[in-house]
Amino acid sequence: MSEFRMPSLGTDMEDGTLVEWLVAPGDSVDRGDIVAVVETEKGAIEIEIFDAGTIRQLVIGVDDLVPVDTVLATYQKSDEAPVPALTREQAAPRQVALEAGAAIQVSPAAPTEPATPKTAPGRLRVSPAARKHAADLSLDLGLMVGTGRGGAITLEDVERAAAQPPAPAATATPTAPAEPAGPSLAGLSPMRRAIANAMARSKHEIPHYYLAATIDMTAALDWLEAENEKRPVTGRLLYAALLIKAVAKALAKTPELNGVWTRDGYHPSDDVHVGMAISLREGGLIAPALRDADKKDIAALMADFRDLVKRARAGGLRSSELSDPTITVTSLGEQGIETVFPIIYPPQVAIVGFGSVVERPWAVDGKIVSRRVITASLAADHRVSDGHRGGLFLAAMDRLLQEPEAL
Amino acid sequence: MSATEPATMIASTYREAAREGLRHALEQDPRVFLMGEDVGHYGGCYAVSKGLLDKFGPERIRDTPLSESGFMGAGVGAALGGMRPIVEIMTVNFSLLALDQIVNNAATIRHMSGGQFRVPVVVRMATGGGLQLAAQHSHSLEGWYAHIPGIRVVAPATLEDVRGMLWTALEYPDPVLIFEHAPLYNMKGELAEDAGPIDIDRAAVRRPGADVSLITYGGSLWKTLDAATQLAMEGIDVEVIDLRTLRPLDDETIFASVSKTHRAVIVDEGWRTGSLSAEISARITENVFYDLDAPVERVCTAEVPIPYPKHLEVAALPQPAQIIEAVKRTLGQND
Amino acid sequence: MNGLDLDRDHGRHLLRQMMRIRRFEEKCAELYSATKIRGFLHLYIGEEANAVGVMEALRPEDAVVATYREHGHALARGISMDAVMAEMYGKQEGSSRGRGGSMHIFDAKTRFYGGNAIVSGGLPLAVGLALADKMQGKSRVTACFFGEGAAAEGEFHESLNLAALWNLPVLFLCENNLYAMGTALKISESETDIHAKAASYNMQSEAVDGMDVVAVETAARQAADAIRQGEGPRFLELRTYRFRAHSMFDAQLYRDKAEVEAWKEKGPVVTFTARLKDLGFLDDDALADMEREIDGEVETAVEFAEAGTWEPEADLLRDVGGERGVS
Repeated sequence: MSEFRMPSLGTDMEDGTLVEWLVAPGDSVDRGDIVAVVETEKGAIEIEIFDAGTIRQLVIGVDDLVPVDTVLATYQKSDEAPVPALTREQAAPRQVALEAGAAIQVSPAAPTEPATPKTAPGRLRVSPAARKHAADLSLDLGLMVGTGRGGAITLEDVERAAAQPPAPAATATPTAPAEPAGPSLAGLSPMRRAIANAMARSKHEIPHYYLAATIDMTAALDWLEAENEKRPVTGRLLYAALLIKAVAKALAKTPELNGVWTRDGYHPSDDVHVGMAISLREGGLIAPALRDADKKDIAALMADFRDLVKRARAGGLRSSELSDPTITVTSLGEQGIETVFPIIYPPQVAIVGFGSVVERPWAVDGKIVSRRVITASLAADHRVSDGHRGGLFLAAMDRLLQEPEAL
Repeated sequence: MSATEPATMIASTYREAAREGLRHALEQDPRVFLMGEDVGHYGGCYAVSKGLLDKFGPERIRDTPLSESGFMGAGVGAALGGMRPIVEIMTVNFSLLALDQIVNNAATIRHMSGGQFRVPVVVRMATGGGLQLAAQHSHSLEGWYAHIPGIRVVAPATLEDVRGMLWTALEYPDPVLIFEHAPLYNMKGELAEDAGPIDIDRAAVRRPGADVSLITYGGSLWKTLDAATQLAMEGIDVEVIDLRTLRPLDDETIFASVSKTHRAVIVDEGWRTGSLSAEISARITENVFYDLDAPVERVCTAEVPIPYPKHLEVAALPQPAQIIEAVKRTLGQND
Repeated sequence: MNGLDLDRDHGRHLLRQMMRIRRFEEKCAELYSATKIRGFLHLYIGEEANAVGVMEALRPEDAVVATYREHGHALARGISMDAVMAEMYGKQEGSSRGRGGSMHIFDAKTRFYGGNAIVSGGLPLAVGLALADKMQGKSRVTACFFGEGAAAEGEFHESLNLAALWNLPVLFLCENNLYAMGTALKISESETDIHAKAASYNMQSEAVDGMDVVAVETAARQAADAIRQGEGPRFLELRTYRFRAHSMFDAQLYRDKAEVEAWKEKGPVVTFTARLKDLGFLDDDALADMEREIDGEVETAVEFAEAGTWEPEADLLRDVGGERGVS
């Protein structure tokens, strides 16, 4: 038994309504005979049968709307029909097209955010190249000043910021010093270039004022020697820890010296993370943060300090340690320098320098005695503080160092 | 693209160089012939084919009736039939009448025939605005043609290129459209005496630079170079790329430049919307996104039919001042 | 018109050619209804005498340009039925690797330049092919088939003018079947005498009964010979009729069924069969043999197409002009 199906008369024909049968069961038909009339969007079209034979059954009734390829009638092919039975495929390319259409999902444009050490603050305008570079250096875009169009952060801005923790340091894995990322100027190492950028920017943007004070270290050093006698060699304290603690605590009274300056002004920090300027053997400088220096006791500070130096020299600093300092301390005591005139690391607003501990004549109760003294100097951002505040800070620090056991 | 040994340079013009290209082709290959309106007795609407009728005769310098579709299709047919026709459509403005033959025949026959037939036809058209010829005679539709698979589209902007691209195009087995920028015909310059065929595959870095990539073609090249000179005086060092081939685009040269400079400005005399500059901008975003330091800028013709009065025409078309502004925008200046 | 010397062999040959086209087209209608052939399908049923008659006048070195209703022309020109059927299916064994489909049959061996789907789009092509022949000193004919609808297009006028102006060896063949898709000639042309339009271009032209294959062949031979002698282009208006709709999906709201039936009665196949029988060149047995043979050829072609293969998707971008580095 053969099937007479609703023909496809056009790729866009989906269905048709049978409006008239021109044959009845039992009728014989020849190839090419019109057997029915089908109503389509274009009008009524006569449809033909392509075989010769006898109609058996009319399957679809009049006024039935049926899809293309539906069986309309069955018939018996006559023997002399030379046409081979064709295998009917499932319907239309249109169906395939529909399936393909359903499979297409509109994926919302998801801009790939490169991994940043901190969550990117709000909506930042950052050029793609800058974003990538900052990610490579594990820098926080939120702390950068943008000089591009509409205040967008550009590659150059990232490079400047990279100089503030100057070197492109290694990430969390303590391995051999990582490959410095980013471009280097001819002749300058990346670190040198970063330092150059940072220092140039600092001097260009920050109006520095300088104050110095010479502090009597007798009480501090006496206390230290006594403490160290109780400690094993490995746990010995250095006076640097006292200095750091004093700096950290003294800041409590002068928040204008502890924070960051961004394009929308000064942000004082609630925490005190003291950046420690550490010189590296291959040349260059790095200033990772001793976090929460005001809250740790001397011993803990010491331990952290040791650890920091070790990791800094081995290239194993954490990104947060490079981006966190709220103030920096630099000491050139070992080189025999009396007074340091330091340069502030942007975006910080102050830096404290210490010279070496030296023996100098000192006036005590009207008499001249020999005392161990240290010269502490403060460079501060005059946009945020003035000499009076700076002076208060140094005075506070001096007082704290006279009572070392309270530090 | 300079000769390895010093060549004898002769003074010439863009027009003369184009004529030389034609003369050379007609001499070299008897299958080559030029067909178009007023190419023979008139000497060419822009005098490019002046003198060629006398030299080569009316069979090979063939004046046609005003039947763009007819003679464009005839060019396709002649190419199919073994000739190497150069069809001159007086200007791109009139090519719209021939669009069917270009898009539906020239571009498709190779594909529709399953590769059996090739159509080695060359079509030359004058293009561009700036001569106060108003709305119907000032189009730059190269971008439309560059949209069509099946044809090549080139835009010679220098004497060397207009002289040399024709022969290369004639030797190419598929259709090539050559857009000659009409306002350039009078441009003076120097041409090597032995100037010959030149490639039609690559863009050219006309001015190397470090700060911004300026990407352009055709008549806009010279405005872009002007802008470059002015910018140099302000310490901004731009790189100027002459696209030369609009289909296919030389992606390699474009991407290498933008990767280096991190900034791109595209100068395109077509109208901004849906222009070739939009295509180039999209490709830059797709391929060198992470090297970009600023959004890609475009300097195009304003969205207006080209007006007749000089000051308005100047305001509508890309100018060096706008190019300079766009460059500065990419550098964060000029907000 | 000179009479054609019609002998038995030639008579049978003409009928066979027309019937091959007829059966092929009928089979295509069936295959289309069964979704094997897609897109548009324009059938030549009723017009067979035109292609068959004209092809008799052409030589292998001549060129043929046709329209989207060109299956008959392709077959009569000598392109294998297998290749044409496979092309209808879109298989890579087709005449255009399946890339063109029903409307774009091309064949380099027989100088068959399409298969052109833009009405009047082929006329300028024909002008160009003829121009190339003339410039290369070749006395070949370019036969250009088109419908009467093309007479409305600018390209028709441009092409006739160019051909007459430059004295080009084009044989323009207008198959006037009275309907441009659904628009009757009398409501679209101020001058319905198509060959008169050609005459206005200073081109020799005549009208021919397109239902009579002998008349077509006679006129075509005469015209082709003149063209070969260098006498310039010729125009034949072949008055014919298509028995089926413009394409498959057409309700034929624009014409009367009675009109169709009237034309069918003087159709090319039925009248020529009768004529051959009258002349004693054909009897029922010979006719049955011919039909059987033709049905076999069609069956083989369908099998060939069914067994054909799809071009790999990876080859999508091949054969596009303008690729870089192409040789």
